[in-house]
Amino acid sequence: MVEKVQQLGQFTLEIFEKLGRSTFFLWHTLTGMMEVLARPRLIIAQLHSVGVRTVLIIIVSGLFIGMVLGLQGYTTLSDFGAEQSLGVMVAASLVRELGPVVTGLLFAGRAGSALTAEIGLMKATEQLSGMEMMAVDPVRRIITPRFLAGFISMPLLAALFSMVGVLGGHLVGVGLLGVDDGAYWSQMQAKIDFNEDILNGIIKSVVFGFIATWIALFEGYDAIPTSEGVSRATTNTVVISSLAILGVDFILTALMFGDI
Amino acid sequence: MQITRTTEIMVGLFVAAGIVAIFFMAMQVSNLGGLNDKEGYKVTARFENSGGLKVKSPVTVAGVRVGRVASIHFDNETYESVVEITIASEFNTLPTDSSAGIYTAGLLGEQYIGLEPGGDEEFLKGGDEIQLTQSALVLEEIIGQFLFSKAEGE
Repeated sequence: MVEKVQQLGQFTLEIFEKLGRSTFFLWHTLTGMMEVLARPRLIIAQLHSVGVRTVLIIIVSGLFIGMVLGLQGYTTLSDFGAEQSLGVMVAASLVRELGPVVTGLLFAGRAGSALTAEIGLMKATEQLSGMEMMAVDPVRRIITPRFLAGFISMPLLAALFSMVGVLGGHLVGVGLLGVDDGAYWSQMQAKIDFNEDILNGIIKSVVFGFIATWIALFEGYDAIPTSEGVSRATTNTVVISSLAILGVDFILTALMFGDI
Repeated sequence: MQITRTTEIMVGLFVAAGIVAIFFMAMQVSNLGGLNDKEGYKVTARFENSGGLKVKSPVTVAGVRVGRVASIHFDNETYESVVEITIASEFNTLPTDSSAGIYTAGLLGEQYIGLEPGGDEEFLKGGDEIQLTQSALVLEEIIGQFLFSKAEGE
C-alpha cells in the first residue's frame, strides 16, 4: 500500500520535473533566437526538412478532406434544399477547425517525429556533447533553428491545407454534384469573416506549431541516449503533441468562437 | 546539412505557396475582397419588430448588398427595435424618403434589410433616420391572422 502511494508520488513528481525541465529548455531555445536570426541559412536548411517535405502530405490530405466534406455536406444539405450553402460549410469547417488541427496532427506525425529521432540520435551518438566540447551551445546551434522553422512552417502549411481543401470541395460540389459555381463562392464570401474566421485559424495554427515543435524538440533533447530511449521519445512526441493539440484546440475554440 | 541551390529554391517556393494560400483565403474565401464595411455612414431605422435580424445581416438595394446591420437595440420608451445600419460610402445617393423592410432570403434563409429608394432630391447621410419601415413578417402571426379571418368569414 505504502509502496503504491510512493509510486504515485514519484510519478507525479516526475511529470512536474519534466514540465520544469521543458520550460527551462524552451527558455534556453528562445533566448538564442537573436543569434540564429542573424544566420538565416541555418533556418533555411531546417525549413526545407520541416516545411518543404511536409507539403506533399498536407496537400494530398487537404484535397481528400475537402472532397469528403463536399460529398458529405452535399448529402446532408440537399435534404434541406440548401446545397447553395455548401461553400460556407466546407470553408468554415476547414478554416476554423480542420485546417489547423489536421495540419497540426500531420505535422506532429511527419515533422515532429523526424525532429525527435534526429536530435535523439545526435544525443545517442554524442554529437551534442561533442559540440559542447567545442564550446558551441548545441541548443542554440541545433535546436533554435529547428524551433523557428517549425514555428514558421505551421501557419503556411495550415493555409495551404485550407486552400487545397476549399478547392477540393469545389471540385466535388461544383464539378461533380452540380452546385452553382457562383453560389459556392459568393455564399462563402458573405459568411466567412476575415478577422473572425481566417485570422483565428491562423492564430490556432501558430499555437499548434509552437506546441508541436516544442514537444518534439524537447523529447529528442531529453531522450535516454539508447536506441530504445530514442524510439520511446519518438512515440511520446506523436502521442503527447496530438493530445496537446486537440486539448488546446478546445480551449482556443471556446475562447474564439464560444462566447464564454 | 549542405544548403544547395535547389534547397533554397524549394524553401522559397514553399514560403511563396504559403503566402499565396493566405492571400487566397483573404480574398477568395472571406469577405475581405468585397465591401469594406468599416468605411461608410450610419443611418438608423425603427421597426415594430425586427424578427430574426442579426448584427452583420446584409442590407440590400435592388438585391445588391450595400451595407450591413451594425447594431440592434430596444427602445425602452417606444417599445420599438432600433436598428443601426452601415452603408458603404460609395452608395451615397439614397433619397431621404427611402423605405426599409425586413425580408427573408428564401423560405428558411436568413433575414436581411431591403431598402426601397424614394423620390426625394436630398440624400441620406450619416445619423439620419429612415422614416418608412416595414416590420419583419413573423410566420406565426401571419398564420394566426389567416386563421382568424377564415373563422370570421364563416
